[in-house]
This record gives sequence, structure tokens and C-alpha cells, in this order.
Amino acid sequence: MRPKVLILRTAGTNCDYETEYAFRLAGAETALVHINHLITARANLDEFHILALPGGFSYGDDVSAGILLANEIKYKLGDLLRDFVNSGKLIIGICNGFQVLVRAGLLPGLNSNIAQEATLAMNTSAKFECRWVHLETQKSPCAFTHGLKWRLYLPVAHAEGRFTAPSQILDQLESNRQVVFRYASRYGGIPSYPDNPNGSDLQIAGICDPTGRIFGMMPHPERFLTRLNHPRWTRDSLPEKGDGLGIFRNAVAYVQQNFS
Amino acid sequence: MNRMNVKHIPIRNVDEAELSRISREGLLSLNLAEMKTIQSYFIQQGREPTDVEIETIAQTWSEHCVHKTFKSRIEYTENGGTVEIIDGLFNSYIRRATEEIDKEWCVSVFVDNAGIVEFDDDYNIAFKVETHNHPSAVEPYGGAGTGIGGVIRDCLGTGLGAKPILNTDVFCFGPLNLANDQLPTGSLHPRRVFKGVVAGVRDYGNRMGIPTANGAILFDPRFTGNPLVFCGNVGLIPKDRCEKSVQPGDLILAVGGRTGRDGIHGATFSSLELDDASESLGSVVQIGNPIMEKKMVDVLMEARDRGLYRTITDCGAGGFSSAVGEMGKDTGAEVHLENVRLKYEGLAPWEIWLSEAQERMVLALPPENLEAMTELCEAELVEATVLGEFTDSQKLRVSYDGELAAELDMHFLHEGLPTLTKKAVWEMPCFPEPPDRTGVTGKNGVLDGSNVLDFTQDLCAILGSPNVASKEWVIRQYDHEVQGGVVLKPLVGVENDGPSDACVVTPVLGSHKGVIVSNGINPKYSDIDPYHSAAAAIDEALRNIIAVGGKLESTALLDNFSWGNPDRPDRLGGLVRAAKACYDIATAYGTPFISGKDSLYNEYRDTTTGKQLAIPSTLLISACCVIPDVTKAITMDAKSVQNLIYVIGKTYDELGASHYYDIHGFVGNSVPIVRPEEGKATMMALSRAVEEGLIKSCHDCSEGGIGVAAAEMAFSGGFGMELDLASAPRSAEVTTDDVLLFAESNSRFIVEISRPNRAAFEDCMVGIPFGCIGRILPYPDFNVRGISREMVVSAKIYQLKEAWQSTFRDGR
Repeated sequence: MRPKVLILRTAGTNCDYETEYAFRLAGAETALVHINHLITARANLDEFHILALPGGFSYGDDVSAGILLANEIKYKLGDLLRDFVNSGKLIIGICNGFQVLVRAGLLPGLNSNIAQEATLAMNTSAKFECRWVHLETQKSPCAFTHGLKWRLYLPVAHAEGRFTAPSQILDQLESNRQVVFRYASRYGGIPSYPDNPNGSDLQIAGICDPTGRIFGMMPHPERFLTRLNHPRWTRDSLPEKGDGLGIFRNAVAYVQQNFS
Repeated sequence: MNRMNVKHIPIRNVDEAELSRISREGLLSLNLAEMKTIQSYFIQQGREPTDVEIETIAQTWSEHCVHKTFKSRIEYTENGGTVEIIDGLFNSYIRRATEEIDKEWCVSVFVDNAGIVEFDDDYNIAFKVETHNHPSAVEPYGGAGTGIGGVIRDCLGTGLGAKPILNTDVFCFGPLNLANDQLPTGSLHPRRVFKGVVAGVRDYGNRMGIPTANGAILFDPRFTGNPLVFCGNVGLIPKDRCEKSVQPGDLILAVGGRTGRDGIHGATFSSLELDDASESLGSVVQIGNPIMEKKMVDVLMEARDRGLYRTITDCGAGGFSSAVGEMGKDTGAEVHLENVRLKYEGLAPWEIWLSEAQERMVLALPPENLEAMTELCEAELVEATVLGEFTDSQKLRVSYDGELAAELDMHFLHEGLPTLTKKAVWEMPCFPEPPDRTGVTGKNGVLDGSNVLDFTQDLCAILGSPNVASKEWVIRQYDHEVQGGVVLKPLVGVENDGPSDACVVTPVLGSHKGVIVSNGINPKYSDIDPYHSAAAAIDEALRNIIAVGGKLESTALLDNFSWGNPDRPDRLGGLVRAAKACYDIATAYGTPFISGKDSLYNEYRDTTTGKQLAIPSTLLISACCVIPDVTKAITMDAKSVQNLIYVIGKTYDELGASHYYDIHGFVGNSVPIVRPEEGKATMMALSRAVEEGLIKSCHDCSEGGIGVAAAEMAFSGGFGMELDLASAPRSAEVTTDDVLLFAESNSRFIVEISRPNRAAFEDCMVGIPFGCIGRILPYPDFNVRGISREMVVSAKIYQLKEAWQSTFRDGR
């Protein structure tokens, strides 16, 4: 069975092409769907197993990153999304998609009333940065990261990526094991800038909701699918497959196990 | 609000002085001969022109739109010799080179908004580079952002539309440490221009989701009042979407942003010199909205694939007047200005017609597709408006609420421009030479006489000089990974921070077919001779292509001239020299030009001091090369201990306009010369060696010569090197260590070879000057011996790297 992935587009979405390619490489069927087609019911979310919110600058990130799309999702697609999640399906948000999920209150999703509990603030370096970072995979219920290797290497490219939340929220994230990825130091120990590229609390790079089925991360797994994506493929001996592919394969496998 | 009306401008019965006044005060940039041509056209028509007509003609005939200098007849004198008549620089040198080279993979050259070359079985590649100099001088952030937005629309307006896959940017600024009292009246400080331009390109490029993976930043005091901003875009276009046509009856459809009073007179503004009043011309700079552009691209790509429209072009300089005038050139067009959607009320008809408001494209749409197109646009909240239709009248008719605003013969509009004859003069300058150093070898340079410096210090000074120093602070603010296809990135090496020679992108994910994009630019050399500056720019762009694994036979070039006022014979003389080099070197290498642009009148007049400041004559050469297998690409960082280091290509006694002379306060006269027969043989041999997998790393020798190139390879790879300059191939007249270390002779590379590949590599290089100059060390020492075997450079690689990185760290 080939799981079906809806890749949500709107004005300013821009990582849709490579996100679509990643899911196809992982064995899924994909459709790029504009949000207005969901709102006007010209496209049907029920037909899909996975909803992907790709990176980009939805609506220019006006006001703050992802907030306009977050509100649109919350107020125009709220019921649709609730049903989607309750039927055991998966949502992934990457970079801008993560910002949207957090601002829409879908992540970390500690309360059932969909209120924003955390945020992705301006990087401590106060600027947009594109660089490769090391990640440590945490033990979590996340459906996207089962059996993933302990360390991943992926690029980030954002200005607003500093995950921050009140300490009681952070405590809950830890005790629920909702932290999925942390930025890691190249040399061991607590990572400082630029290894923690944005100054995130607890070095958080990605989190899931308590069910593990809604997942968001700032780094871009769709940008490391083959060894040629790696910045040092001309000097290091590397496996053919990139570190990011496993995340998409896990999503496909999860759907195949639960929906066949 | 009162409705604005069409006005008539009486010109039939006025004298020459009045004609000139009308042109000057109307910011029309039309010279007297052109004004008189317009006058006699309207005498013939038996009526006075409207403001819409005059403005339409001024835009269409502007230097920016019609490139009249490159088309004009030139009477050229060189060093006081006989007069040579040149029948158009463009036809004589640029187009002719491409025609003679006659590559079968050139799909569309010089006719559309970008050049098109073949890519694979399904797609072609479009490539265009534009300048946005004057807007960036007045308003750096907006000027640079809309520069990127504009060049993206050039590719989008090529064929039936190319999907943007790569941006490239080259900037030239005044020195960032310029003292405030050195700032010409009315111009912005270079630091502000630098930060604004970088932010503008970042915010537009990143929001569009296009990787910015190649570029350069150069500095010279003469760029202070008139910075240069070159923006390039590469697009991917299906093979069956490269042809366009217009048929009478097709609707004129405007898609995208609304029209406002921004960017009026941009085309004619760029054909004027700048001065301290230019800043007050705020309306000439457009206002960018990248998300509007992104929405529009998304919709247009789908409409293209569904075959909804017959042609497309961008609304650039001159706005609708240029776009519609150009599209309807062979048919005729009828436009109803009241249909144009406005940002706000109160625009005069001519302003609506000329506005360069951003993010607008114009399509020729068969009427039967209007419903489908409208539905598509509405679903994604993109506005599309029918402005009128293409006719078979051979006339451009524009009306406003039923009132006739313009009725011009297409033939007059496009062919009526009188051909100019311009004078050009070239006199070879002569700069003071540094003291004679014949036979001087060893660790000490003696350039400054009493002030003895050593070469280690010189090397650090050149590595840290603004043109050479790391631009990582800028590069990381651009997303160079988006779209998932950039496989050779702008920063490479063990710490991901070494200077890549070129970028490689695979636009079709899953395929190993790729495009290399590089740039070559060297305005310093044009102080001595623009011919050699242009030749070196071509050689450098090609070296960068070859250095990462490209081949001459599949490389195409773009020329972007940024020059001073071409009405001054000395400036035009330099332009002639540069154009001649373009022909000579491109034909010798067999690399055709596929597109180009010229930005003239780059001068700044300080009205306080009366000083007239021209920019250094600057030719940017951009190159692209399609490669079948990106897995064979190589990078410049040293790879493994004990590997051998070779220099390929001969070093000549050419320190003129080098960085070495520059840090010691000299220009000299011995500018590096391109010897294309040697260069071509060298590049082809190196390409063969790369193809056979013999090269571990390769770096082109350019600014700062062998010394800088080898140092960059060493610290980017994290290894030391031990080098012996005596083994580097050199011409007989080279007798000093400083020439070997720092001369910027063309067509040279440094390569790293593993010991087992030594014989195979040397076999590849038969007939090419090469020498094994040393090896990679397991420890971080960078030691260089001179001709007499004495140690001339001795440093740690982290010391060299620090010199290279500290200049722009944190954007200071």
C-alpha cells in the first residue's frame, strides 16, 4: 500500500518540491494542495494519511513566522484537522511548517483546547542563517523517528528558530518525552552557537505531541536525501542515503502498519 | 478625487532649446536628435503628441531598453592612430562571436528575456544577469530586492516561463571603512549600502525559495557614489515551452501585483548620471513584495503546463509601455488603461502606463482560455486583469475612459530611433612602476624600499583584503540549500567554510545531470586596460567552471557591462576595448555569449566639489556549464596528507593591478594577459584529468596568485603544505619570488594528486606547462620556499585562515 501525503501549499510556501520528492522516494503518493482548495472543499483531506507542512515563508512571515497560516488552519480548518488527527493519521511540519504547528497550538499539544504553549523566536544571532547542524535523536513516542540513528546531520535555514517556552511547559515536554531532536555539539558537551544555531531552550530542534503523531522540526530532512546533499561528499566517505530520508520512510511505514 | 487626464505636449512649433528643455525637465533622457525625430513624426501626423506618447517613446528608446550605445556606429581611435569605424559593438563583437562559435546547444540567444541552452531530454536552462545599480544607490534594500525580483521575472518571461532554480549576486561597493568626510555629498555610506543590499537580496531571494549559491563582493573607492548590484537567475524550462507567439485577437492579460506610482521613470533614470539630488527621486525605486511574486510564479507555472497562454513577458523597465509595446511589435495592440488595477487612486494615465510597480507579468491569452485562467488565479488569490487585446493594426493604441491617450505606429516606435554616431578614444595609461627588483629573491619584499616587509605578512594582508576575504557572514544569510539540489555549495571544506570556485546544482531531483554557475570580474585590471580586464574576466569565469569539473565545450557566457558615461569618448574607448576582448577570447575558447546587458552612465557628480566620479569600468562575465554527472565534480579543499600539489599553467611577469601591488600602493602596467591558445589547452587537459578521476582537489589561481590559492586550499582542508616555488612553471623573465607568489597570470590552477595517480596525471598534462611544487603535510604548517630555496613564507594555517576570516566576521 502506498500512503497518500498531502503537501499543503499557500502563498510563500517554498520547500514543496523537495518535500514531495522525499515522500516519493520513501514510497508515498503525493499531492501538492493549495490551502484554498481545502477550505473550499475542492480537495478532500480524508483521502490522505499524512499532512505535510513544508518550509518557506507562508504569507511572507508577516507579523511573525507562520502565524497567518496558523490562524487560517486553526479557524478555517480546525474541525477537519481534529478529525484527521483523531483518526490516527500523521502531521509533519518542517521549518515554517513547524512554526505554523506551534503557533496553531497543535504542538506541543499539551492541552486539548489548541492554545499556543511555546514559540519559535528570533535566533540569538539576530539573523537568518543557513548552516549544517548535528542533531541527537531522543527517545520519544514520535512516529517519524523510530529506530533512527542516534546522530543526524542536517541543514537549518531560518531566522526564527529559537524554541522557547515557560519552564513548566519545558518540564512537561521532558517528562512526556516529547523532545524528538536536540542540537548537538561537534565535540561533545552542551552545544553553543553555532552548533545550537538559534539558541533554543534545552537545545530543542524538534518536538512531537503526546501521541507522537504530530511532529515538527526546524532542520530540513528533505534537504539530505542522498550523499550528494552533504556539504562534504567530495571528501568524506558517506553512505548513499542521506540522514533525512529515514524520517519520511518512518512515516510511510507507520501508515502501512496502521492503515493497511 | 479628480480624474487625471491625458495632456498634450506642444512640440511641433518649438525650437531646439525648448526640445532639450522638455526632455531634461521631463526626465526623458532623450537627446536632441531623438527629440527632433519625434517632432517631425508628429508634424507628419498633423497633431501634437500626448504625454502618454512622449513617455512611451522615451521608455522604448531609452538606453536601458534599447541599448543604443551598443547599437550605435562608433568612430574609434586608439593611441592616436587612424579612425576605425565600428558598426555596432553588439553586432560586431558579441553577437558575431556567438554566431561564429555556432553551438548546437544554444536554443535561444539574445532574442528573449534570457538566453536558453539545452539541459537534458526534457528541459532547457535559461540564464539571465541584470544590473540594478542606480536604484540600489538611492535605496539599497529596495533596489537590491527588486533587482532580484526583476531578474527572476526575466527568466519567468522567457519562452513560456522558466522555473527559477538558482540566484547569483555580484556586488561592488565603496570601502566599508571610508571616512565620513570622504563621502561625496548626497551619497549613502558604503556600509549602509552593503548592509541594505545584502538584506534586500536575502529577504527577496529567501522568500522566493530560490537558492543563492554563487556570487562575489568587490570594493573600490570609486563605487562609493555608484555601487554596482548584479543579480542573476537560472531557470528550468520544459523543452516544448521555449517558443512564444502573439496572435491578433489574443487578450492582453496583466497578472500579479497592482500598479502604483512606484518605479516611474526607472528606465530613463538608469540612463542618467547620479548626483546628490538623485536621492530625492524616491519614486524611481520600486517596492518589492516577494510573496506576491511567489504566488504569481506558482500560478503561472501551472498555467504554462496547461498551455493556457501563448506568450508571456515581464513588466520591467517602462512597465506596461515596454511589455505591451514589445509583445505587440509585429501585430498591434489596443489597451484600455482604465482596466488596470491600481494600488490607490490618483495616477495620471501616463503614470499607469509607465509604472514599474513590481511583480507584474503580461500574457497573450487566447480568449477561449480566459475562464480557466481566471479560475486558476482566483483560487490562489492572484489578480489577473484583461487590459485589452492584440490587433493586426500595426499600431499601439492606448485609451483611457474612452479618450485616446496614444496612437503610435509600431514601426516608428521600434525602428524610428535615429542611429547615433559616437566618438571613442583609447589612450594607454602609464602608471608608476615599483622599484626594480631584478634578481631579488628570498623572504623579504623590497617594494616599499625603506619599509621592508616579509611575504608571510603580505600573504596575510592579501588574504584579509576586502576583495579576497571570506564573505561567510553574507553567504550564510542566503538560503543556499532550498530546492534540495545544490550539490556543490558556496562554502566547502572540512569546516564547511572554504571558498568554492563555483556552485553546482541538480535542478531535477533524482538525476545526476547538473549545471555549474560561476562568475569572473576584475575591475582593477581595467585601470590599465579594459581589454585585458574583460579577457581576464572571461578566463576567470571559465577557470571556475573547469576547476569544479566542467568543460569548455559545454559552457556558455553572459556579459554584463557596467560603465561610465558613454557620451564621453574616453569611457566609450574603454568599452570598445572590452568588447573587442569579448570577441577575441570567447571565439578562441569556443564559448558563446547567450545573453547580456549593459548599464551605462554609472557616474556620480558631487555638486559640492564639482567632482565627477566614474566607476572603474566593470565587466561581469557569468558562465554556466551543463555537466552529465555531478558525482565527478570536485572541490578546492585539500583532501589528504601526503598528496602532491601541482601548479598547472605558466606564471608570467604580470603583477600589474595585482593585490600585491595594491597593498603596497602601486598599480603598475604589467596587467595579466590571456593567452587563449595556452589557456584552452590547459583547461582541456585538466578537464580530461578530472573526467578520469585523477584530481583530488583543484583551485583556480586568481586574486593573490599561487600564494593565496594554495593557502586557501590548505586551510579549507585543514592541512598544512610544503611548497617549492622553484618548481612552478614560469616564463623566462620571472626572476623574483614575489611574482611567483602573487602574480595573477591567467589560465592557472593548483591541483592535488594522490601519489598512485601521479604518472597518469602527468600523462594527461603532456604539452601543458606544469610542475609538482610540494605536498600536503600532516601538521598545520604552511611553508613556501622561493627560487633560491630559501623559506619565503612560514605560517600556521589557522593564522592564515584567521587573516582571511576576520575582515568580515560579524559583518563588521
